[in-house]
Amino acid sequence: MSTPAHIEKPRLDKPPPTIKFKIHRREKEGATVNWETFELQYRRNLNVISALMEIRKNPVTIEGKQTTPPVWDMSCLEQVCGICTMVIDGKVRQSCSALIDDLLLATNSDTVTLAPMSKFPNVRDLKVDRSKMFDHLKQVEAWIELDGTYDLGPGPHIPNETAQERYAYSRCMTCGCCLEACPQYGDDNYIGPQAIAQARLFNMHPTGKITAEERLNGLLGEDGITNCGNAQNCIQVCPMSIPLTKAIYETNRDITVNALLGWLKK
Amino acid sequence: MNSLKIAIVGGGLAGLAAAMKIAEAGHEVDLISVMPVKRSHSVCAQGGINGAVNTKGEGDSPAKHLDDTVYGGDFLANQPPVKRMTDMAPEIIYLFDRMGVPFSRTKEGLMDFRRFGGTLHHRTAFAGASTGQQLLYALDEQVRRYETTGKVTKYEGWEMLSLVLDDHQVCRGLVAMDLQSLELKSFAADAVIMATGGPGMVFGKSTNSQTCTGSAVAACYQQGARYANGEFIQVHPTSIPGEDKLRLMSESARGEGGRVWVPRNPQDTRKPKEIPDAERWYFLEEKYPAYGNLVPRDIATREIFQICLEGHGVGGENQVYLDLTHIPADVLTEKLGAILEIYEMFVGDDPRYVPMRIFPGVHYSMGGLWVDFEQRTNVPGLFAAGECDYSIHGANRLGANSLLSCVYGGFVAAPSALEYAKNVERGETEINGIYEAELKKQRNINDGIIKSEGGENQYKLHEEMGKVMTDNVTVVRYNDRLKATDEKLLELQDRFKKISINDSNLWATQAVPHARQLSNMLNLARVITLGALNRNESRGAHYKPDFPERDDDNFMKTTIAEYSDQAPVFSYDPVDVSLVEPRKRDYSSGKKAPQVPKPGSELKPSSREESMPRNPDNKEEFEAAKD
Repeated sequence: MSTPAHIEKPRLDKPPPTIKFKIHRREKEGATVNWETFELQYRRNLNVISALMEIRKNPVTIEGKQTTPPVWDMSCLEQVCGICTMVIDGKVRQSCSALIDDLLLATNSDTVTLAPMSKFPNVRDLKVDRSKMFDHLKQVEAWIELDGTYDLGPGPHIPNETAQERYAYSRCMTCGCCLEACPQYGDDNYIGPQAIAQARLFNMHPTGKITAEERLNGLLGEDGITNCGNAQNCIQVCPMSIPLTKAIYETNRDITVNALLGWLKK
Repeated sequence: MNSLKIAIVGGGLAGLAAAMKIAEAGHEVDLISVMPVKRSHSVCAQGGINGAVNTKGEGDSPAKHLDDTVYGGDFLANQPPVKRMTDMAPEIIYLFDRMGVPFSRTKEGLMDFRRFGGTLHHRTAFAGASTGQQLLYALDEQVRRYETTGKVTKYEGWEMLSLVLDDHQVCRGLVAMDLQSLELKSFAADAVIMATGGPGMVFGKSTNSQTCTGSAVAACYQQGARYANGEFIQVHPTSIPGEDKLRLMSESARGEGGRVWVPRNPQDTRKPKEIPDAERWYFLEEKYPAYGNLVPRDIATREIFQICLEGHGVGGENQVYLDLTHIPADVLTEKLGAILEIYEMFVGDDPRYVPMRIFPGVHYSMGGLWVDFEQRTNVPGLFAAGECDYSIHGANRLGANSLLSCVYGGFVAAPSALEYAKNVERGETEINGIYEAELKKQRNINDGIIKSEGGENQYKLHEEMGKVMTDNVTVVRYNDRLKATDEKLLELQDRFKKISINDSNLWATQAVPHARQLSNMLNLARVITLGALNRNESRGAHYKPDFPERDDDNFMKTTIAEYSDQAPVFSYDPVDVSLVEPRKRDYSSGKKAPQVPKPGSELKPSSREESMPRNPDNKEEFEAAKD
């Protein structure tokens, strides 16, 4: 087996003495937006979260104005819970894994700009409400219909290839990056890639297949899969590299096959 | 049958396991969680879940899993619940398999199992390197299903502040706060199950999520719940030091063949790849030939800590190499992809080509709310499950036993809470007014925090607490430093009364919740510190150089802390060792002292000798055993 050559990633060689953080401020949903800039001493190995923690401790703007601490969501800080997602220098991503060095290198500047995701209600500052995404999981019945949780022995035999393919979909942490980047998503008109991929996850499982049609039905409504405009932005921004466009393609195919079979049965 | 209402606090693996069982039994759940349950800290567990299914023909059994667990826990765990858990483990794993968890599989299409620390068997089922995430999602999906049938009502973004106790000190529900509006609400319940995870934030930086404050559990403690074995804090040997947190490097990195080493010459400035084998010191393999890099966590932690203390750390700093570069990159990607990504993401080096630099970090609390063998706390109507209870891991937890103990705890707590709720005799208790009274009390505390203007910065106090706890109450403990730590904690409690919250906008503020958490964490910190001070021995994760031996005569006892206004009041309960005779814990040779079955126990005479021809030193045989 050949091992690909290892390429070291570029590093920030000449860091600026201080870093500026331009932060989107909003008191609550519906209130007006303003921007405040904060300044921190440069340190190596900073990420956006540690910068926000530092600012929260003593929120004084670059103009010396005492202000309220910026509010954001955070939990695992290992890019596996999905909660700390925001728009950083115009790109949607998790703030825990956004290293300041990399950001400054990419923008060739001394400023990092932080904004909340725009497709969800903005609770305050950088915090948003993504509960709609969990409702979408209900809509596609993203679960296995168990007879019960008592001891019925192991599940079906599954080839490791299938398990690995499903694993890729199962890493979705409901962060919302794909919906933020999708030009079709917004105003309840489209369910979006995450829920379609979760339907696919269960439709690939031998037990899940039994109720596959119900999941597909959840994607046939007005907000269904046909709204996908094939922009393929979702797959570019997914932090877990989930093959979202493949899920959409294969689910579309299953829907067509299903429709044909249904028509033939008539 | 009347439908009962159970309130569950915490939506990680333990809370969701309990919620699923209660909903399945036809009863109702109010599920209270500080954030959407799918984001709970269980997602961070990487390595796997243990269960002796013996699919590798190694003669593994739940009895051996029991033996490994209580031996690894240095004989501080009551053994009957551990046995019940290890007996239940295979069916728990099979249930997750049925729920569609994408476990890694063998050629035959069966579940694959890997080896983990503290055992000689392939007992750990895994889904890539994000098993916790996968198991949590499976339960999240099942609970969402019950949400659609109305059996489960989620309160996500709500934080529990206190229990509601009636005049007989029976738990009748709880008070929680909406983290957006700061509105307080009482939740009446026939029983309450705590499933809030660990208290890592007490140490400032740890491998825990930011939400793992132990705050709700500390509230229960201050209302009369007993807290047990608080001093037993597991420090994970391999974490990645960071500004905001310590990120875990899973034990599975060692399970898949990762080797820990330092340059023999600490002044060696060459890149790790340029240092020839003969000039590397594989100190774990040298000192523990049988277990090698897979010694239990407390031992690996102390060895790495000690090596660095003696100046042998890489570059003279607090770090050693954890090296996977001898394994083909594509094998590493398949088996460990997710955790290696974490390293690359946060450090910038690719561990498939460059050895990782790691150092121990606070990881897990073996201690927690005291529960009996049915997960009942001493407060009637209050139950606990998962990391927030103390019951399974004794003085040290084995890798891949935490996910198991969470699910087990939830599966026992749920029927236990229902059983209690069905049979409880309420008598003449007056409950009118108890909810209003508790709400008022909690509102007053919040108002006090909001109005307080003493100038102290709560985040700074938190940092000071974290530092003093990490410095003095982790890997190595000395009594004089523990005493000084408690004095510091008292000082911090005093200064806490003078904090000013720095947020004039109370909508969705973090300031008020953090202040509530900090106050509670300071109480837990004292329980941990004084428990450690009182225990003059070394056992599992608790190590005192001045008392280097385990002392079964005086300390094979569960530490119990009870709240009082002045200081925690300590007492000690005997440990039930009725199944496995305590013996000295020694991982330096592969042959553990033989198990002596006690009359009436179900343990068969040890077949350990026959079952472990697989000497990890014999690379070929070890590799063969893995395929």
